[in-house]
Amino acid sequence: MTNKTNSTSNILTVEQVNNMFIYVGEKVIESKPLLTDIDCAIGDGDHGIGMEVGFKNALEKLEANNYDKINDIFAEIGKAMIGNMGGASGVLFGTLFLSGVKGQEKIEQLDVATLSAIFQNSLLGVQARGKAEVGDKTMIDALSPAVNALREANENKLGLVASLRNASEAAKRGVEDTKVLVAKFGRAKSLGERVIGHQDAGATTISIIFESMQNYVEELEKKGELLNV
Amino acid sequence: MKKVINDPNKVVQEMLEGFLYAHGNVYKKTPNENGIYIENEKKQVAVITGGGSGHEPLFFGFVGEGLATGAAVGNVFAAPTPNTIMEVTKAVDAGKGVLYVYGNYSGDTLNFDMASELAEFEDIHTATVLVNDDIASASKEEAHNRRGIAGDVFVIKVAGAAAAEGLPLEKVTEITQKAANSTRSIGVALSPGSIPSTGRYTFEIAEDEIEFGLGIHGEAGIRTEKIMEADKLTQIMMEYIFDDIEITEGDEVCILVNGLGSTTLMELFIVNRKVTEILLEKGVKIHHTDVNNYCTTQEMAGFSITLMKVDEELKTYYDKPAYSPYYFKRG
Repeated sequence: MTNKTNSTSNILTVEQVNNMFIYVGEKVIESKPLLTDIDCAIGDGDHGIGMEVGFKNALEKLEANNYDKINDIFAEIGKAMIGNMGGASGVLFGTLFLSGVKGQEKIEQLDVATLSAIFQNSLLGVQARGKAEVGDKTMIDALSPAVNALREANENKLGLVASLRNASEAAKRGVEDTKVLVAKFGRAKSLGERVIGHQDAGATTISIIFESMQNYVEELEKKGELLNV
Repeated sequence: MKKVINDPNKVVQEMLEGFLYAHGNVYKKTPNENGIYIENEKKQVAVITGGGSGHEPLFFGFVGEGLATGAAVGNVFAAPTPNTIMEVTKAVDAGKGVLYVYGNYSGDTLNFDMASELAEFEDIHTATVLVNDDIASASKEEAHNRRGIAGDVFVIKVAGAAAAEGLPLEKVTEITQKAANSTRSIGVALSPGSIPSTGRYTFEIAEDEIEFGLGIHGEAGIRTEKIMEADKLTQIMMEYIFDDIEITEGDEVCILVNGLGSTTLMELFIVNRKVTEILLEKGVKIHHTDVNNYCTTQEMAGFSITLMKVDEELKTYYDKPAYSPYYFKRG
């Protein structure tokens, strides 16, 4: 799945990352009915509501757009989720963003290497807290392949667009994979075999996040606003 | 769905406002988050419970004298945030430590564990007892994965009494854990409750069917059957409990027959009649019986039977006086 159409080294500025996550948040909020449907089938139906609460609170902060480092954008989103969502999703999606930048030096531009490093930390952070592995029918089933795709993209020196495209496709395949799985966590766990055929809501949100990042960066490229170094 | 609400996204906030108008002489709300508490005037170990809303009077209705000191209130069926738990923790800690007592759900453990880490940064010691009384939710071998349902009531009661005795955190935790280990429940569902913010029902069930072991958020149960007479239903449920915990002649138990929302007290008493007869027939001594709607799921119909097997120590704490507007125990 390597895609070497973009071999230059692209970067996103702090402001672009801020706007990218505003776009991501809007897309996740738009997906609330879809997420509710998915979660009603095998969970308790509140995942879409929770994600909406989390991103709405995050967007209120991001709309001021006055950060001087990318670390603060991730941290702000993470804190908004942990502080407002509740449920398992609040802690886990909050940890996704917070642990991504935890202990990182000041990040003033986002290239593929940094993006890959952030999400590698995110994966470790979420797994440390939630204890789920690939195959447990959770957000990890989409996040882990997306993180692997970013790492490979970085090793193959792909540009941002191609890297995010690969990550987004990997996450989508991960969501598809959750359909054949029995759940090991959350309320779907008690449904046993009955969850087979249904995709996981958390994994779906991860896929929407990566797809939205991809779309945002593609749009920048089309407009000629994607910077190279 | 027919519900007496305003904005579906404000049900928790408006419920708490109404609750405080009614009982603001007893309770306080934390300033920024949905935390309910009473002043820890005697500077004891504090007991905090909590969980998603929609199960009233659990959880905040079990804050009171000889009960929990505080409750962290989440959105409907969603665990409270670490910030909420932390704010309640700070409001009630008297330097003696805080015991978290709540039902074993992934969302709740994630948020309470995170709050516990935050509390340690502020030098507040915490301990945790998970309530996992629902025997239908996992096998005996996987008991640590079981969910908490109406058994919360007994475990919170004992925790609050132990704390009120002025015992140290370690001892309060030990006694509370013993109460949790001695408590078993099984429920049956007749019809679902609905979620205010989505307008959806928590599960589907045929008009003439019931489901054993169905969870209080609509988690699937263990067996679906046609509706049957109360005595037969109760007999089956009691057998599930006896298969799980040894209760024999000479043992003593506390009973809670808990309605899930729309099942009437009339029906609950009919169930309790059979529960009591089955126990007495076995030569089991009934220490105390409670029949009430404590752990509900909106307008869900159905009930659960909870037994706590008690020894002298548990009886001592269970019998201590306790008071909240939704629960009382005479000394």
